[in-house]
Amino acid sequence: MSAIANPIPQAPATWRLPDRGKVAMASLIVAESAIFTIFVVAYLFYLGKSLTGPTPREVLETPIFYTICLLSSSLTIHLAAKSLARGIGFAFLGLWLLTIALGGLFLYGTAQEWRRLIYEHGLTISTNLFGTTYYSLVGLHAFHVTAGLIMLLTVAVFGLYGRVGVKQSGHIEVLSMYWHFVDVVWVVVFTVVYVLGR
Amino acid sequence: MRSLMIERPSEVRNGRREMSLLKMKVSTLRFLAQTVLLLFWSAMAAWASEPKGSSPNGTNIFAPASSAAKSIAGLSVFVLVITGIIFVVVFGLLVYSLVKFRGRSTDAGREPAQVYGSTQIELAWTIIPILIVVVLFLATARVIHAIQDAPEPPGAVDVTVIGHQYWWEYRYPKLGIVTANELHIPVSDPSHPTPTFLQLLSADTDHSFWVPELGGKTDLIPNHPNRMWIDPQRSGIFLGQCAQYCGVQHAKMLLRVSVDSPEDFASWVRDQQQPAVQDASVAAGRRVFENNACMNCHAVAGTPANGRFGPDLTHLMSRATIAAGAAENTHDNLRLWVQDPSAIKPGSLMPAMKLTDADLDAVVSYMETLR
Amino acid sequence: MSSNAITIPRVQIDEKPWVDTLHEWVTTVDHKQLGVLYILYALLFLVIAGVEALLIRIQLMFPHNHFVSPEVFNRLFTMHGTTMVFFMGMPILFGFANYLVPLMIGARDMAFPRLNAFSFWLSALGGFLFYFSLVGANGLYGAGNAPDVGWWAYAPLTARAFSPGHSTDYWALALLVSGFGSIGTAINIIATILCMRCPGMKLSRMPLLVWLNLVMAGMVLISVSPLSAAQIMLVIDRYLGGHFFDAQAGGSAVLWMHFFWIFGHPEVYILIIPCFAFMSEIIPVFSRKPIFGYPVMVAATVCIGFVSMSVWAHHMFSVGMNSYANSFFTLTTMAVGVPTGIKIFNWIGTMWGGRIQFKVPMLFCIAFLFQFLIAGLTGVMLGSAAFASQLTLSYFVVAHFHYTLVGGVVFAVFAAIYYWYPKITGRMLNETLGKWHFWLFVIGFHLTFDLMHVPGLLGMPRRIYTYEPGRGWDTLNLLISIGAFIQAIAILLFVANLLISYFKGDKAGNDPWDAWTLEWATSSPPPPYNFASVPVVASRRPLWDLKHPEDPDSLYE
Repeated sequence: MSAIANPIPQAPATWRLPDRGKVAMASLIVAESAIFTIFVVAYLFYLGKSLTGPTPREVLETPIFYTICLLSSSLTIHLAAKSLARGIGFAFLGLWLLTIALGGLFLYGTAQEWRRLIYEHGLTISTNLFGTTYYSLVGLHAFHVTAGLIMLLTVAVFGLYGRVGVKQSGHIEVLSMYWHFVDVVWVVVFTVVYVLGR
Repeated sequence: MRSLMIERPSEVRNGRREMSLLKMKVSTLRFLAQTVLLLFWSAMAAWASEPKGSSPNGTNIFAPASSAAKSIAGLSVFVLVITGIIFVVVFGLLVYSLVKFRGRSTDAGREPAQVYGSTQIELAWTIIPILIVVVLFLATARVIHAIQDAPEPPGAVDVTVIGHQYWWEYRYPKLGIVTANELHIPVSDPSHPTPTFLQLLSADTDHSFWVPELGGKTDLIPNHPNRMWIDPQRSGIFLGQCAQYCGVQHAKMLLRVSVDSPEDFASWVRDQQQPAVQDASVAAGRRVFENNACMNCHAVAGTPANGRFGPDLTHLMSRATIAAGAAENTHDNLRLWVQDPSAIKPGSLMPAMKLTDADLDAVVSYMETLR
Repeated sequence: MSSNAITIPRVQIDEKPWVDTLHEWVTTVDHKQLGVLYILYALLFLVIAGVEALLIRIQLMFPHNHFVSPEVFNRLFTMHGTTMVFFMGMPILFGFANYLVPLMIGARDMAFPRLNAFSFWLSALGGFLFYFSLVGANGLYGAGNAPDVGWWAYAPLTARAFSPGHSTDYWALALLVSGFGSIGTAINIIATILCMRCPGMKLSRMPLLVWLNLVMAGMVLISVSPLSAAQIMLVIDRYLGGHFFDAQAGGSAVLWMHFFWIFGHPEVYILIIPCFAFMSEIIPVFSRKPIFGYPVMVAATVCIGFVSMSVWAHHMFSVGMNSYANSFFTLTTMAVGVPTGIKIFNWIGTMWGGRIQFKVPMLFCIAFLFQFLIAGLTGVMLGSAAFASQLTLSYFVVAHFHYTLVGGVVFAVFAAIYYWYPKITGRMLNETLGKWHFWLFVIGFHLTFDLMHVPGLLGMPRRIYTYEPGRGWDTLNLLISIGAFIQAIAILLFVANLLISYFKGDKAGNDPWDAWTLEWATSSPPPPYNFASVPVVASRRPLWDLKHPEDPDSLYE
């Protein structure tokens, strides 16, 4: 006598799937990492192969201060997200604005460096292989920082008008994943350009 | 919990039965089969009647004439046999399963045994392919190393090949020869090999040197020198063409390799080493050549013309073809080419010189003295 | 036992004015409508690129033919290749993924419906931009417009010096745009599959189509990005004076090749893996058995995904890499054939012991198996670097990749269309027209692409607008071209079938094939909300369990 199984399945007691915002952002980060990897590979491949013009050793100055700014902005955004999850609104807002300020400072530092390279050393994207690969790689990163800052600013505006609360903390976490990614990329770029490359 | 409502499928829809392939009328099937076979055999017959095979018109990878080409052809046959066996086995299994397990009308409503898998079978058909892969890889690696890592023996001829849009420049550095489009190399006796080592460079875009009966192809890439060698073991003319898309006239960048006996090669070298023939009767033509822009692109040894953008014309008439094989080297073709290159090779980088007829005839007469 | 219908009974609605229907479709974020839009878009480009192929084949019918100029021919094969890969292959597979994945996992829609719509319209913009080059660009010497650098656009042919004008820029920008659309869709597919499955659908209970689309989407993330990066570099070279691929400044043409093929090889697996998915869904249903070896099928696909990232330089065997690199890529290329071969064996194992029904979708699947077997074996030949030094850049390669892309992808897509058209439209496609389509297409396909291997063996290189007579290529090229026309007629029959059946086809009902995955549990076409209540599953074939309560899969899994 075979037992006839109940054809209508019972739902499992718990059914928890990952948060789709986080999965999507993680996937985006994977794709962006692939793009950055190609630019890093090009940079490393062309190290020392420029036929003319300034070399990294001659013109690059390690941007320690601005790096510290960017990396600490990761800390501040992390604390901001945690404050929001705990419902401490003004701490969130303050730390968020601080993150934006630090990111903005980093961009300012990049702009300063580029100004120096272009006007004092004559290094542009078309000067030689170093110029091409340097500006592309650092520029791609700066573009991602800018895009991140725009998103952070948008959230700041909503926050200032009281629209960001505990319910949005999932979204804020997703955004901070992106910001952490931008920082990790900078660690890689920094190592490749200013440490290995000189 | 709500359930999902499932509709029972029915074999008869709207009063019509689905017709399975195997119930097609036998006569239709036979007709189809006959037509297909007839077409197939006519195609084979037509193809078989075409000239192919080895030189002078052949570019068949299975008619190898050098040791590299021969070892590649041998490896190819080995790979073909193994893949052929795999094909027969798998195709056989496929056909067998289609025939044996086809659905019959007596089956309606009954489902066959729902088998999920079998670890032993799946293991077997994982391990056997891995072994085949290892065998094929080892066979290939041997041939790769034998060809690519062969050292250059002392008696070898060195040629530098420079690819241009859309012609081939050949320089023999040790012999002081610069020529274009038709390569002459000595035949190589297997007991005392005199291979030719080619250094492959490019002046513009990517090209590829492919003479199938003499060896596999190697690309010519700017800023990326490559090296290959050929040791042709029978003399004759070997054909090929550029195999890497290089621009508009990629299709007409043909290769013509003349494998000469040692005596013929030596006499060719001697001729090529001479400066250009100075013939006073074509002085007018020579003036046309030198006063127009010809010498900006072309070189004629022993004269002021030393342009390097286009082929070296010092011994133009020693070549059987012009425009990298696009046309035979006849008076009419030469005249047409100088008058308007795009009539023979549209997109070629030589501009139409827009000479008057008199100048045109004069310059062609001059060029025809460049033996 | 009472059971509720899974659809809420339709309320009588008046027919909408066509303008409102158009508006609905243009603004939709519903995965089913976007899926249909992707598929229709791809079918349009199939026809366009097919016409380009016919023009190529007319030019190559006879040696020294003058049907089109070399400039036009070069543009034709560039457009044909680029269109087929990016505006036919990718969209149609994304379309099926969009349509089927949420249904098969019991979800209401994709994870991000608006991103879905945005990705579709980005891809559509890419296709439009690419063909706008016919009007907008100006090429060499001001004559000509569409890109003519080949779909692989090797440097330095793409440099300003060798490709003046804007045609190459249209190539780069159109693909950059549609590449971002692809990445958006891939992100959506991954988030949907990982986060939106109905209760009880563990990863080990997902239909194979869902698994394989997950792997495909992961591969898109990792391999489309290198192409985008390389295209950004190309645009920097062309417009900002960069030197990435500028040989004069020390740049490397080979670097472009590496970047392109790091994209290009996984790309062909991205194209074929969803087709494997179709096989894995359709063959079991028409063999009346579950797929043989589900866990190994998943493992083999993941394996293919990883190993395929390590084989790219087999496209560069003529470039002059050293013997160790050539040997390495030989090994990895042959290795990737092992999991692929395993899948073919598993499909045969599925049919083995079954009761095979030779309906049109199954006919296309059987042809796929036969053809993909051959394609895989010619791939093994091309993977052997020494053999490949003769075969590469010749018509043997053209035959091989058309065998995989037409004999594989297009046949699988036809199978999928015949199988799921009833679900999408509620009507069956006509079986007789389908069989005519099938047989004509098979005959044309084999006439063209079986023969095409031979000119390659006889020394005929690729990408040539004409060829020399007397090398043994003449008759073969003529026959190949005739086969192309036979395929064209088959496609016309197919389009006719799609149109006629839409209006006059038999009503399909929920489950015309007696299949087992969740999409067959809802109506044809499904209502906008897919399922009236969230399904709960306890096995890989929920509908089998319901139809066979005495012998459900859930007892064995």
